[in-house]
Amino acid sequence: MSAKIDARGLSCPQPVLMTLDEIKAGKTSEIEIIVDTETSKENVSRAATSQGWKVTDVSEEDNEYAISIKKD
Amino acid sequence: MGIENTDDAGVYKLRDDLAIIQTLDFFTPIVDDPFTFGQIAVANSLSDVYAMGGKPLTAMNIICFPINKMDISILREVLLGGLDKMREAGVLLVGGHSVEDDELKYGLSVTGTIHPDRVLLNRGARAGDALVLTKPLGTGIINTALKGNMASDDLVAKSIRCMSGLNKKAADLMTQYSNIHACTDVTGFGLLGHASEMIEGADVGMVIQSSFIPIFREIQEFVEMGIIPGGLNRNRKFRMDMIEVGPDCPKWIVDVLFDPQTSGGLLISLPLKEAADLVKRMNDEGIEEASVIGKVVAKPKGKILIL
Repeated sequence: MSAKIDARGLSCPQPVLMTLDEIKAGKTSEIEIIVDTETSKENVSRAATSQGWKVTDVSEEDNEYAISIKKD
Repeated sequence: MGIENTDDAGVYKLRDDLAIIQTLDFFTPIVDDPFTFGQIAVANSLSDVYAMGGKPLTAMNIICFPINKMDISILREVLLGGLDKMREAGVLLVGGHSVEDDELKYGLSVTGTIHPDRVLLNRGARAGDALVLTKPLGTGIINTALKGNMASDDLVAKSIRCMSGLNKKAADLMTQYSNIHACTDVTGFGLLGHASEMIEGADVGMVIQSSFIPIFREIQEFVEMGIIPGGLNRNRKFRMDMIEVGPDCPKWIVDVLFDPQTSGGLLISLPLKEAADLVKRMNDEGIEEASVIGKVVAKPKGKILIL
């Protein structure tokens, strides 16, 4: 199962908290998070890694970043 | 009469033995409690005067307030918190101005005095100096964790004590030494941002010992989870080309060194022997976290090495 989080327009630490909540809920092993700042991109990637997840893909389009993470 | 432009505040010479020093600062709330916010805003505004070795005398309130959205009692609490800090600093409130705005903002315009020959700039550090930092780092990260309800009450209380603490005593002790080569206060650019300003284009560099730096240890977990303010990443990106990190410095500490501080401590450059003495006196006088964190070196110039 995979989940999607739209964290555009939200400032730190909201995107990170939403990602951590989804990871901790334990309902999914793949999550895609969309953010619109580079800071959020870096922080969300770091949050995932800290929980033992892997960042599998980061794509950028029109200053938006889609980060795909997967349970390792 | 002459005019000088400097970093932290403006200095205007009135006589050979007297200059006025002026600064202005205001910002949006970083804590929920309005009285505490008032205290922090005032400590922050006065800090620029202390960092230059001056004595703040009078201040004017600067207030932006959403009168249609927020209860007027909040404004009163902010102002009382500010007044409380001004009293502690021995600064007289002589007026102010308020405007309606979408978001609460508060700060001060401050006027003080200083001897024109004893103005401390952020430039002037010399090889052989030691670097003294007077407050712990990490308040920006704690403020971010607080927004996410992740910081413990105990940690928030410690952080508030740090941010609302005046740099007055540190400055009083510092200005008793005649050979302070440079001083600045650590604020929005983080420790390394402000340290970089001290040596950019200069004939000296710095070596900073990461294990000597006072840091709120509880924030390691936040940093590793990505609970960090946007300003931190911007600070790091802007200055990383001046920084070299040795293999023994933990990765999370490098981030903390770029954490934007609210009302941070003084960063002082003075000869090593006096630095040890100054830190001891600061510690004895209750500035417990004051520490020698590194030294100024002749090589490599324009670089900061973090060990």
